[in-house]
Amino acid sequence: MSDKELGSPLISAQQSTTVFEALNRGMSRRDSLRLLGGAGLMATGVGALLGTSGSIWAADVPTGKHATPKRGGKIRVAASASSAADTLDPARGAFSSDYTRHNLFYNGLTFFDSKLTPQMGLAESFETNDAKTWTIKLRKGVTFHNGKNFSAADVVYSLMRHKEPLTGSKVKSLAEQFADVKAISDNEVQITLTYPNTELPAVLAVSHFLIIADGTTAFTTANGTGPFKCAQFLPGVRTQAVRNENYWKPGKPYLDEIELIGITDEPSRVNALLAGDVHLIASVNPRSASRVQQSANAVIKTTNTGTYTDLVMRLPQPPFNDPNVVEAIKLLLDREQIKKAVFLGYGVIGNDQPIMPGTPYHFADLPQRPYDPEKAKFLLAKAGLSGARLPLVTSAAPEGANEMAVVLQQSAKLAGLNITVNRVSADGYWDAHWMKDPFGFGAINSRPTANIQLTQFFKSDAAWNESGWKNEQFDQLLVLARAETDDTKRKQMYADMQTLIHQHSGIGLPMFVSTLDGVSTKLQGFDSIPVGGLMGYQFAEYVWLEA
Amino acid sequence: MSLKTFLYIARRASGIVLTLIVVSLMVFFVTAFLPGDAAQQSLGQFATPDQLEALRKEMGLGRPAVVRYFAWLYGLLQGDLGMSLASHAPITDLIGARLGSSATLAAVTAAISVPLALVIGITSAMFRGSALDRSLNAATMTTVAIPEFLIATLAVLIFAVKLQWVPALVFVQDIDSPLEFIRAYTLPVATLCCVITAQMARLTRAALVDQMSKPYIEMARLKGVGPVRVVLSHALPNTIGPIANAIAVSLSYLVGGAVIIETIFNYPGLAQLMVDGVANRDMPLIQACAMMFCSAYLLLLIIADVLGVITNPKLRSL
Repeated sequence: MSDKELGSPLISAQQSTTVFEALNRGMSRRDSLRLLGGAGLMATGVGALLGTSGSIWAADVPTGKHATPKRGGKIRVAASASSAADTLDPARGAFSSDYTRHNLFYNGLTFFDSKLTPQMGLAESFETNDAKTWTIKLRKGVTFHNGKNFSAADVVYSLMRHKEPLTGSKVKSLAEQFADVKAISDNEVQITLTYPNTELPAVLAVSHFLIIADGTTAFTTANGTGPFKCAQFLPGVRTQAVRNENYWKPGKPYLDEIELIGITDEPSRVNALLAGDVHLIASVNPRSASRVQQSANAVIKTTNTGTYTDLVMRLPQPPFNDPNVVEAIKLLLDREQIKKAVFLGYGVIGNDQPIMPGTPYHFADLPQRPYDPEKAKFLLAKAGLSGARLPLVTSAAPEGANEMAVVLQQSAKLAGLNITVNRVSADGYWDAHWMKDPFGFGAINSRPTANIQLTQFFKSDAAWNESGWKNEQFDQLLVLARAETDDTKRKQMYADMQTLIHQHSGIGLPMFVSTLDGVSTKLQGFDSIPVGGLMGYQFAEYVWLEA
Repeated sequence: MSLKTFLYIARRASGIVLTLIVVSLMVFFVTAFLPGDAAQQSLGQFATPDQLEALRKEMGLGRPAVVRYFAWLYGLLQGDLGMSLASHAPITDLIGARLGSSATLAAVTAAISVPLALVIGITSAMFRGSALDRSLNAATMTTVAIPEFLIATLAVLIFAVKLQWVPALVFVQDIDSPLEFIRAYTLPVATLCCVITAQMARLTRAALVDQMSKPYIEMARLKGVGPVRVVLSHALPNTIGPIANAIAVSLSYLVGGAVIIETIFNYPGLAQLMVDGVANRDMPLIQACAMMFCSAYLLLLIIADVLGVITNPKLRSL
């Protein structure tokens, strides 16, 4: 597939998603069918909020073979990191291992399914007239692991604590939109937002908003409503989870026991899977994927999560205050080469905007920016930068940045630009370099909704507006889109915002990187939930052991 | 034990305290130079300024570095290692859980590697220049030269992934029979033995060879003492000092230096804890680990020196 084809405005959204699917299936057709078969076991969707967006997956669902889940057994799961900073506090979750641990023990009001549609969890329904005041009915008869009944007070406590700076919440900025959360009755909560937001059910599906018991301040153990109970928690060593016999979802979970560990060293993680010591591992390096695929006892499952490593050009600083330079650098990104050489094909080509193909609001008709060193050369000459030297800061901290820098350096030579690559330590990179150097790299994990993603990283006054891009029209669209209840109109607004970012922001986004999990062939029911690896960190209640 | 020996030990012990203070100062201020602080590391890439401020205040990071150092030292003198900034748990809890694991690994490795090294070292010294000596030399040189991560990774690939004789990781919590213990510890202990046995064996051989060229050995030989007795009852007693020192240095490596082995086998030991501490800028944790490693190192050296002094009458007059 060449850039030219992708760039053609004649290609329809449907065609492009089909192509995207074909390109990114990191597994055989048979594997994908088996994988999708598992989806039939999940609750059917209730959220109409995202409209027809999930159609590309829906078309595939009925074909899979339906396996019957088996009860019992113990599995070991290895996440990619574990340290003394491991936590049982959902608000403080910082790594995928934390999100995974939290999903073992807690439930959210809502949760994401394989189409990224929010489903009802501890909530029974969401009602609103203006998208600003929401009434949430809560599920009755749910108990915490210590026997306490789940009620509205727990929801109020769990949500409002994020606004307290000392909680150290990772989603404090998201929680700022809760003007007030109050209990109307034991089983009803009213949330008043500071601005209308149609995406509230999706926001509340984020793992940080999982529900803890009212008044909880100590997190040496977990007291949640989730599928598993915490038997032992040793930060940096392991988390031992045993089945919650009183779980409110009938028949679930299937497993008796899950031991969650973290293996930082990737080769060790893969070896542990291949040796049969663990059943599921997170974050397989694309370079190890073939080793896993060739073995008889494990397979690779890919998830396109919308995670990306991007080139950051700080627009307020020279030479990037000249739009010609920014455009030239974006044209110098050899996306196909980066995808092939840096990520071995495990990813989706990007178009300098952060909404991934296949997600609800992706604007497929936006022409793909080609790789064009000739045009870049012309633009650089126009900006008076022919033959100039430009320092680029990279580090191992943003995944693949060092390799991408080298690819860019080579392309830039063709345009008469001399990029000097300055590698810095990964340790402390985010603090000392990210968004500080005029020309560097960032890495962003996808956010649960398009609006959150755009608000956190592209709004003019966003704390992590990576390129320092300011655009009034964009800011207005962003706020309007949240309140817009008409699906078609909202989609158009997101399309306009993607076009603005594509054309004017200082972000070069060559591709979205897929997340690879290694799954033992004994483990069944493993699907892909595009929130992240390990089934969007929620595998615990879906998988079972086949003897 | 004579009064002189006792005084010698007392003098060395006071030296330990001074060394520990100097080390703690260095660790504290060098760590302070690292970019970012515990609050920033804890909140991550996406921290907001008000959260940072609140957390820094809670962690007491607002105070000047000198004040923080003395507050830590004051706590230490009262036996309080403080709280971990990253995990809000008492440091004694964090260390306590891992101390046993580290000690087990070190003890098993020492129990195997020290006798092995002595046998190899003494044998090759006894048969110096023979084919046996040369092949032992080649073997020890090879294991010393190959980095331990390579030995460990290859061992895992062959014995855990291909043959599946032993597990690729060590699950300390799940070991409840001697057989499981042996299966789990085989690879990490074997790898560590490769690294330290070679060093000890070579130093043992060198010390013995040195003694064997002394006139008193020649005298013993002329008197008709057999080659085995010459080495074991004449030369060996005189080399206990240097050999004990070589063993001490090698064993101290097991206390804090097993980080690569801990990483590859996912073994919950102290070295990994300290690496976490540095990554999280968790000053009290780093200090506690540094103090433990440093004390263990100094203690081992003192034991070696005392052994040397006791076995060598010439040194006792010092």
